[in-house]
Amino acid sequence: MRAAWIIARREFNRYFSTTVAYLVLFLFLFILGILFNSAIQRAYQYSLFQGATPPDVQVILGPMLTLLVFSIPALTMRLLAEEQAKGTIELLLTAPVRDWELVTGKWLGAMGFLTVLLALTFIYPLALDALVEPGIDWGPVFAGYLGLFLVVSALTALGVAISAMFRNQIAAFAVTLAVFLFLWMLGALSPGSTNPVLEYLDFGRHFYRTFYRGVIDLRGIVYYLSVTFFGLYLGSVIIESRRWNG
Amino acid sequence: MIEARDLTKYYGRRLAIDHLTFHARKGEIVAFLGPNGAGKTTTMRILTGYMPPSEGEAKVAGFDVVEESLEVRRRVGYLPETVPLYDDMTVWDYLEFMGSLRQVPNLDDRIAEVLERVHLIDRAESFIGTLSKGMRQRVGLAQAILHQPEVLILDEPTLGLDPRQRVEVRELIREIGRERTVLLSTHILPEAQELSDRVLIINKGRIVAEDTPEELQLRVLGAQRLRLRVRGPGGAAQLAQLLRQFPGVLHVHTVDEEQLEIEAKPEEAEALRVRLARAVLEQGYDLLEMCEISLSLEDIFLQLVRDESAEDSDAESTTRKGARNSED
Repeated sequence: MRAAWIIARREFNRYFSTTVAYLVLFLFLFILGILFNSAIQRAYQYSLFQGATPPDVQVILGPMLTLLVFSIPALTMRLLAEEQAKGTIELLLTAPVRDWELVTGKWLGAMGFLTVLLALTFIYPLALDALVEPGIDWGPVFAGYLGLFLVVSALTALGVAISAMFRNQIAAFAVTLAVFLFLWMLGALSPGSTNPVLEYLDFGRHFYRTFYRGVIDLRGIVYYLSVTFFGLYLGSVIIESRRWNG
Repeated sequence: MIEARDLTKYYGRRLAIDHLTFHARKGEIVAFLGPNGAGKTTTMRILTGYMPPSEGEAKVAGFDVVEESLEVRRRVGYLPETVPLYDDMTVWDYLEFMGSLRQVPNLDDRIAEVLERVHLIDRAESFIGTLSKGMRQRVGLAQAILHQPEVLILDEPTLGLDPRQRVEVRELIREIGRERTVLLSTHILPEAQELSDRVLIINKGRIVAEDTPEELQLRVLGAQRLRLRVRGPGGAAQLAQLLRQFPGVLHVHTVDEEQLEIEAKPEEAEALRVRLARAVLEQGYDLLEMCEISLSLEDIFLQLVRDESAEDSDAESTTRKGARNSED
């Protein structure tokens, strides 16, 4: 595990020297800002006609999930694909580092950066709190952010695993995004919730039905942690199989 | 220190190395010599724990490369052929990263010491991406010796260096090789000759010769080689056919239409030359030139590699002939 931390620290620091990471960070906060602004304006206009309820934290959490689905592939695509393209993986795989430590380290590094990103978005709940009377209810904010953190954990683990499959970062990005969108649409593919398996696999549903509404759901926590472990395990298996095939 | 038995590796169905058996003792510098694609890198990757063999086994510093891979990796320093480095890191940060992965004690002092040794101390804060090829090579070498490994495995350590840098790197390897086991690969023959205690010549995944450079040279001197330039009715090829039956002649090989190379037993060297000259004339050829070729390691290498492919094509033509016979 020590090796995983060392790899994580380097990976975390690396984000701050890459343009892609800054671009993602900027676009994420910028788009979220625009959406937040329009949500506030709309709420204000409605409130002129009818004493509508003030907007709650959902106006922030909803767009954030969508933005994360598109941002995470850009942040994870590099992690193992680049090491393989540049051959630097050869030195990591001949250092006394277990395959799962390498994969976990990469995941942790990305999680560190995404945690910074999530922390920065906290200005929006704070702004909302200042704008509405008598302030917002903080319970749902924390439940929502816990949910987002779990989503990030699961998606990042899948992203790391997919990055292990490729040498080409763009290919890793495209496949990661495709997998995310597929998992997101699974619920929609089974209308009327006829297929419980598909519905269970839909990562969006676990969020929207519970954390998004301010409910901390154990099944959701188990789901996201399982996906995280699955992703890290898959990544380790891919790295190991790469060893066998040269 | 290194003990490999029957190492075999397939990439899919392609056989990369074929039952390699060899060893390297403590304090010995062993050179792998062979053309590109001979299986040098594959062998090294197995010994460093990067990939497992398809068959066979290997022990490095007393540990099995598959079963005890982590123990092996702790004790091996490795410089891959491509010298993979992170261009966006400084030399110091990179060594700090690799050193902490390898749990090097007193890391800062050790990095300074190693950088001093590879003459890069003044570039410690430079980004690796800005370094020249020679400097990158030395960063790779610094990384390989950072944790004071018992076994050092260097894949083409002087590739792409200018002559002065090559001398420096060789100096460094020799120095390290005094206390540690070094396995290096090269396709530069004088380098193998100069650096190593023992040379393993490898071709098409097989070891075709193994000896000290001196012994290999002796072996080469053991056979006498002559070059003949002739002109005559059937060209050199036809004469070659005849000379093959000649007593004392081991090998005849046509260079072009006029030139032949003959390998012969070293006994009665002069007498043989006299008899050869006479035979050439008797066959109605003009003898334009006859000279002795002195062999270098390069020649024996080429010879061994050529013998290998000759055997292969012999085997092929036999099977083809066999096929034709069965049709009759």
